[in-house]
Amino acid sequence: MTYAFSFSWLAEYYPVLLKGILITIELIVVGGLFGVALGTACAWARALGPAWLKPLVSAYVELIRNTPFLIQLFFIFFGLPSLGVRLTELEAANLAMVVNLGAYSCEIVRAGLQATPRGQFEAGASLAMSPIQTFRYIVLVPAFQRIWPALSSQVVIVMLGSAVVSQIAAEDLTFAANFIQSRSFRAFEAYFVTTAIYLALAILLRQVLAGIGAMIFPRRPAR
Amino acid sequence: MIEFTIWDILRNLLLAARWTVVLSLVSFLGGGIVGALLLFLRIGGNRLSTAFTKYYVEFFQGTPLLMQLFLAFFGLGLFGINVPAWLAAGIALILWTAAFLTEIWRGSVESVVRGQWEASASLGMGYVQQMRYVILPQALTVAIPPTVGFSVQVVKGTALTSIIGFVELSKAGTVVTNATFQPFTVYGLVALIYFALCWPLSKSSQILERKLNVAHRNH
Amino acid sequence: MSLIEITDVRKSFGQTEVLKGIDLDVKPGEVIAVIGKSGSGKSTLLRCINGLETIDGGSISVAGAQLLPDEAHLKALRLKVGMIFQQFNLFPHLTAGGNVILSQTVVKKTPKREAEAMARKMLERVGLAEKFDAYPDELSGGQQQRVAIARALAMQPIALLCDEVTSALDPELVAEVLAVVRELAAEGMTLLMVTHEMKFARDVCSRVVFMHQGRVHEIGRPEEVFARPKTPELRQFLGVQ
Repeated sequence: MTYAFSFSWLAEYYPVLLKGILITIELIVVGGLFGVALGTACAWARALGPAWLKPLVSAYVELIRNTPFLIQLFFIFFGLPSLGVRLTELEAANLAMVVNLGAYSCEIVRAGLQATPRGQFEAGASLAMSPIQTFRYIVLVPAFQRIWPALSSQVVIVMLGSAVVSQIAAEDLTFAANFIQSRSFRAFEAYFVTTAIYLALAILLRQVLAGIGAMIFPRRPAR
Repeated sequence: MIEFTIWDILRNLLLAARWTVVLSLVSFLGGGIVGALLLFLRIGGNRLSTAFTKYYVEFFQGTPLLMQLFLAFFGLGLFGINVPAWLAAGIALILWTAAFLTEIWRGSVESVVRGQWEASASLGMGYVQQMRYVILPQALTVAIPPTVGFSVQVVKGTALTSIIGFVELSKAGTVVTNATFQPFTVYGLVALIYFALCWPLSKSSQILERKLNVAHRNH
Repeated sequence: MSLIEITDVRKSFGQTEVLKGIDLDVKPGEVIAVIGKSGSGKSTLLRCINGLETIDGGSISVAGAQLLPDEAHLKALRLKVGMIFQQFNLFPHLTAGGNVILSQTVVKKTPKREAEAMARKMLERVGLAEKFDAYPDELSGGQQQRVAIARALAMQPIALLCDEVTSALDPELVAEVLAVVRELAAEGMTLLMVTHEMKFARDVCSRVVFMHQGRVHEIGRPEEVFARPKTPELRQFLGVQ
C-alpha cells in the first residue's frame, strides 16, 4: 500500500465541518426534546389513555420501530409533498428524528411506567388527585429515573442515526464530509475525521445526559 | 412515458428485497461468529484482549453505521482494490453486528449469579466445563430474546448500504421512484416490505422474552 | 347523625363475592377497629370507602358526599377521608416535606408557603419535624408511616382510613406508629382501621367490627367483643375456647 495520508485539507475545510457539527447538534437537541416529549405522551396514551387512542399509538410505534430510519426520512421528504406537505431538508430531518425517537422512547417510558408500584397510583388517588395529576406529579419522575440510562442510550443511537439525513441534503456533519471528499478527493481522511468527531459527540452526549440525570434526579434510583 | 402499475413497482421492489434478506443473513451469521470470538476474548482472555474488545465495541457503538460503511468502502480502496459495494457492505455490517451481539452476550453471561461459578468450581469443574455445563446454558435463555431483537436492527441497518451503492430494497426504492415519480407510493411500499421482514422478528423476540422469563422465575 | 354511612355494600372480584352486603354507620369521633381473618373482606371494605375499588351494589356516603364513580364525586369524597396504607406508599422522589406539601398545592391549590407551614406543623404532630428534608429511603419504616399519616392529615380530612398500618413494620417500630394513631383518636379524629393489634383495638377503639366471609359477623364495644364473643367464628379467631 503506497497511499500517503494527507490532512492538509482540514485547514481549508474546517468551517464546513464546524457548520456540520452545529447542524448535527441542532438535530439531536430538537429531536431529543420533542422526541422524548412525544414518546412520553404516547406512553401515557398507551398505559392510561382512552381506549380508542391505544391501537393508533401501537400502530405508530410498531411501524416506526420496524422500518429503517432512512426510509422514514425519504417518505417524509419525498413522499409527503404528494399530500401537499412540503418541508425543507432540515425540517424534514428534524421531523423524522422526532417521529423516530418518539416511537422508541414511547416503549422505554412505558416500561418505566409499568414498573410503578400500584400503591403510588392509590396514594395519589387517596389524596384526591386526578389521574392526570397523579401521572404528572407522582408517577412520571420516578419512572424517568428508572429508564434514564435506557433513554440516554437511545438518544445517542438516534444521534448517530442522524448521519443519514445527509441523503436528503440536510447539511449535517456527514453532509460536510461528503462535500469535503468530493472537493478534496481525500475520501478516507474526510470520513476518518468525521467518524472521530461523531465518536467524540457520542461520548460528550452520554456525559451531558448523565449530568442532566444527576441534576433532575438527585436521589439514587427508586426501589 | 411508460405507465407503472402498483404491481410493476411491487415486483421490482420485492426482487431487490431478496438482496436485503441475503445481506441481513450474511451480516447476522457473520456477526454472530465474530461476536462469539470477541466474547471469548472479552471474558476469557487477558487484560490486552479485554481492552481490545472494549475499544472495539466502543468504536462500533459510538460511531454512525453510515461512517463505518464509508470507511470500509474507501478504506479498502486504499489497498488499490476496486472494492465492490457488496464487499464493503458485508464487512462493515458483520463487524458492526459483532460489536452489538458481543455486548448483548456479555451482559447475559454476567447476569448468571456469582454463586453458580463458585458452586461449579467447588465441584471441581475447570473453566471450560463451568462454561459448557453451567454458565452458558443459563446465559443462553437470557441472551436469546435480545439477540433475536437485534436481528431487526440488522435488517434495518442494511438499508444504509444503498448509500454506498449496494442495490437492495432501499436503493431499488430510489431507482423506482426516479422512474415513476411516485415517491409516496414507492416509499410507502418499501416501508411495508421492511415492516413485513422486521415485525415477525420483533414479535418473536417479545414472545420469547415473556416465555423465557416465566421459565426463569420457576427456578 | 352518622359521619360515614355504609349501606348494603356488595363487591365481587370475578366470581368471588368479597363483600356480601355490609351495613355500618360511623359517628363523628368514633374509633372503629375492623378485625378478621385475611380474605374476610376487611381491606376491601376500607378501599371501597375511599373509592379505590368500585362497589357493585349498595351505597357509601361520607358527611353527605356520595361515593359515585365519576371524578368529581370521587374527589369530593377523598377530600373528606384520608387513607393510610400498609406499604406507606410515600413518593420516593420527594422529601418528607415534599410528600406532605404536594397534594395540598396540586389538589387544594393552597399557596406554596401555607402548604409548607402546614407540612411542618403536621410533621411535628407525628414527631418528625426534623425530618422535613429527608427522603423516604433515608427513613425507617416507622418514620415513613408517620410521614404518610402527616401527608393524609395535611389535607384536613374528617376521617382517616387505616389499612393495616403496622403490618409491614418491624416489631420494634410498631409502637411509634400506634402512639401517633392513639393521639389522633384522643384528639377526636374519626378512625376506621383494619388491624391485627388486638391490644390496641381493645384499649383505643370505641367499637370493634369482626368480619367473616364478606359479612359483618359481630359488632360491639371492645369489652363485649373481646370478653364475651357470641359466635364460634369470633371465638376461634380470638383463640378463646
